[in-house]
Amino acid sequence: MSLKAFHIIFVIFSTLLALGVGAWCVWVNLVDGAPVYLAGAVASFASAVALVIYGVWFYRKMKRLRIIT
Amino acid sequence: MEIPYTISTRPDTGLWNAKIGIWLFLASEVMLFGGLFSAYVFLRLDAQPGEWPHGLLNVPIGTFNTAILIVSSVTVVLAWAALKMRRYNAYWWYMLATILCGIIFLFVKLYLEWPPKFSHYGVFIKPEAREKYEPYLGNHRREEKGLEPRIEITGHLENHEALTDSNIKEYEIALDPVNADPDNPSHDRPHFIPLPATEKVAKIDKQDVERIDSFGPWHSAYFASYFTITGLHGAHVLAGVLVFLYMWLPVSKKVYQRNPEHLANRVEVSGLFWHFVDLIWIFVFPLFYLL
Repeated sequence: MSLKAFHIIFVIFSTLLALGVGAWCVWVNLVDGAPVYLAGAVASFASAVALVIYGVWFYRKMKRLRIIT
Repeated sequence: MEIPYTISTRPDTGLWNAKIGIWLFLASEVMLFGGLFSAYVFLRLDAQPGEWPHGLLNVPIGTFNTAILIVSSVTVVLAWAALKMRRYNAYWWYMLATILCGIIFLFVKLYLEWPPKFSHYGVFIKPEAREKYEPYLGNHRREEKGLEPRIEITGHLENHEALTDSNIKEYEIALDPVNADPDNPSHDRPHFIPLPATEKVAKIDKQDVERIDSFGPWHSAYFASYFTITGLHGAHVLAGVLVFLYMWLPVSKKVYQRNPEHLANRVEVSGLFWHFVDLIWIFVFPLFYLL
């Protein structure tokens, strides 16, 4: 497996982590009612979106540049 | 003598040798970390009620370090892509950014995260003496609510000499909020953003103490797992930083000038290692910090 492919897998796992952290923050906020965790949830979900956008950009760039290993 | 198949592919495998080498190495690493994660899971499942600490780690610091590692994975892959496009200057800057990310991660881990744990203490109370320390443990209320009992009182040890001087009969502990106000419902669940110790000091008779330990690997199976896995992971980060540093120094420019593809291949295999190390952290972070 090339670095390019491994990087895409890594971005997928990072996105899943960001979604998981966001869900965890929502859960803590519901249980404890601490608003700081709501901010954490927003930041986590925003990070997940950013990672998806980056992943698509990276894939397209590699395809465009025809970097093959 | 020239080492074969560093750039061209080997006819029988279809790959250059370093790539096969790194994947064999990473397979052994999967077994190493897999064994440690399995140990963590079994230790946690086998822990007695009240024996597995929750919420002792600093989630914002852990989140920051996670973000740093994700950014470093992006910069290392961009460094490799820059080499593929024969843009050495861009490679140089991306590699510098990767090295700095690794150093920041290690600094946070070794300077901000680990040291405070060695000055924070947990006093484990003997089962027969727990009633005496009910004002600090709050177990009556926890039992009514069906929560796990508290078995230790935590905070800053005020009289360190009590650890070695047998003439001193008590430990003086500046209590953590959870033990200063144990019946407060907000302390029923762990605090993921650690609160500072209070000014309330508890005096605990040595004869009532099962053991007293700082939050080091000797404190509990939890901290033993935490220090083992994060320590081993940190050693991998350090190794990655040293390899990247070598590839960033002028000595590697000579390799680039001789054959740019050779340096690109070196960066690719070290980038694969770095991605693996970062992927390990993606599992470490939720396991230790959140769950």
